[in-house]
Amino acid sequence: MSYKNQDIVYGLYDDEEILLKAVQVAKDKHLEIMDVFSPFPVHGLDPILGLSESRLHIAGFVYGMLGTLTAFLGMTWIFTKDWPIIFGGKPYWSVPSFIPITFELTVLFASIGMVVSFYIVCGLGPGVVNPTIDNRITDDKFCIAFNKKDVNAQEAESFLRETGASEVNSKIL
Amino acid sequence: MSAVVSPIREPLVQGSKTYHQITEDLISPTEKTPSAAWTIGFILSVTTLLGGIFCITWTIWHGIGTWNLNRTVGWGWDITNFVWWIGIGHAGTLISAILLLFRQKWRTGVNRAAEAMTIFAVICAALFPGIHVGRAWVVFYFFPYPNTRGPLWPNFNSPLLWDLFAISTYFTVSLLFWYTGLVPDFATVRDRAKGLRRKIYNFLSFGWTGSAKHWQRWESLSLVLAGLATPLVLSVHTIVSFDFATSVIPGWHTTIFPPYFVAGAIFSGFAMVQTLMLVTRKILKLEEYITIGHIESMNKVILATGTIVGVAYLTELFVAWYSGYVYEQAAFFNRALGPYWWAYFGMMFCNVMSPQIFWKKSFRRSVWITFLMSIFINIGMWFERFVIIATTLARDYLPSSWSYYTPTWVEIGIYLGTFGLFFTLYLIFTRVAPVVAVAEVKSILKSAGDQYTGPNAVHHHEHDHGSENVEVHNH
Repeated sequence: MSYKNQDIVYGLYDDEEILLKAVQVAKDKHLEIMDVFSPFPVHGLDPILGLSESRLHIAGFVYGMLGTLTAFLGMTWIFTKDWPIIFGGKPYWSVPSFIPITFELTVLFASIGMVVSFYIVCGLGPGVVNPTIDNRITDDKFCIAFNKKDVNAQEAESFLRETGASEVNSKIL
Repeated sequence: MSAVVSPIREPLVQGSKTYHQITEDLISPTEKTPSAAWTIGFILSVTTLLGGIFCITWTIWHGIGTWNLNRTVGWGWDITNFVWWIGIGHAGTLISAILLLFRQKWRTGVNRAAEAMTIFAVICAALFPGIHVGRAWVVFYFFPYPNTRGPLWPNFNSPLLWDLFAISTYFTVSLLFWYTGLVPDFATVRDRAKGLRRKIYNFLSFGWTGSAKHWQRWESLSLVLAGLATPLVLSVHTIVSFDFATSVIPGWHTTIFPPYFVAGAIFSGFAMVQTLMLVTRKILKLEEYITIGHIESMNKVILATGTIVGVAYLTELFVAWYSGYVYEQAAFFNRALGPYWWAYFGMMFCNVMSPQIFWKKSFRRSVWITFLMSIFINIGMWFERFVIIATTLARDYLPSSWSYYTPTWVEIGIYLGTFGLFFTLYLIFTRVAPVVAVAEVKSILKSAGDQYTGPNAVHHHEHDHGSENVEVHNH
């Protein structure tokens, strides 16, 4: 998610296990977390944070099928309608020899489609500048951020301190 | 996050690293001025590359006649080098994709550099078909696009065209996979930098933030790309082998080619990974991330695939004899005992016999023996392609057309030039990007760091005696 011009209060944790416990406490207390940032994927975080499973793989399947059809129907059209040529006495529509290219284009379309979709839905890409909460989030700190619109700032601050955040700060992104 | 780790598993990250120390160790090589060794290597690589560019220009200017290709030997060093480089380009995707699906954590130490190597090797490989067609300036005729020549389409029944699709797809997918893995690490470099450097790395990192949802999608994407890349990597060398196997040349027309080529590709790819990683870990001081355990794991893959290749060689000989087909028998007789016996012997020695020393554990764990073996295998696998391609073509059905092929200085220069290209790109990569995947190493630290697992692990809780597994807890 990309956040701009948000007034946030955030805490930095030193370890992902402390972070996981804190997120669980926030959930129990019904404190609405804006986002969690970490230097690497923290396993077990998604269900507590209430993130639904990514649908990228479904998109990947659709792109893949598009590749399959493009390749297979394309070759079929070219060799049966547009310019039929006999190669080695084989039929115009020689399905087995279309398999390798059909496979390659399936993989190609699925991969390119998924990667492009990934960057678009995440709002990332060449030239994108997202506000940095703290430089150490990509190093060794784990961050829970609250938006002051959603929560009482003081309540959030005391929550962060109680759950073991090593630093608590406010910032306008 | 407590993970259950077997105490007999060797730690993959040594030196009791913290997350910050990992960042420091892996990112700092990109922040320092290059070492003398790097500078000398870079000057040598660029010089060799320039020599290669000269030879390619010479070829394009004067034509393919500057090579020693002749009647019957239509493919010589060009296609030999092409298949050799493509084979080398197989280890990276194998490590990053297949080992990801198999949940092999040791891949995190070597996947980044191996994938980079894959991409650079494929670039070197793709050069050869591009120039060996002769008129390199119309090489885009390969691609099926609506054109004003009819439109005239390429032949979709031809393995050579399948090869074009396979290699283009392989290159694209490997590049996307590699770059997507690099994005979070570029963000780490960015967040340590200031000024222009920060702007450049922000551009490279696509504005990565480390948000939980992004990580979730990133992992989902990596997994599906790994699932797609796994059949892809197997398909590429299968299709390369079709270039030969679908022809009616004795010695090429064999159904064993696809699995045999794929095993050979992985074999040579891992050998090149070893060659590069042994030097890289020494120069960049990464011995605690690319451990002897990593080297041993790769040597096991080399032993397994090398043995498959050996079985394939012997199967070919057996089938040539058993088929009762005199032309096939003659082809193999000429291959082993004809004028190119030295190439056949080199191939057999380097690929079949020498890797067998890796049955012994102390050899698998020796840096020097591994380095020497990796060079042997690189040479042996080049010989394999030369034996299959040039020596088969030198003696075909018609004895009056038999010939002996040796390369010209131009062909040798182009081959050396691809080394220049490969090492130039690799050396730039070691300066620009972290050569070990930073985020991925951090994510395995608690299950594979030596303070959490292995003989020196520090346990922070009451031991539960009698249990085979040691539960590892947070500190």
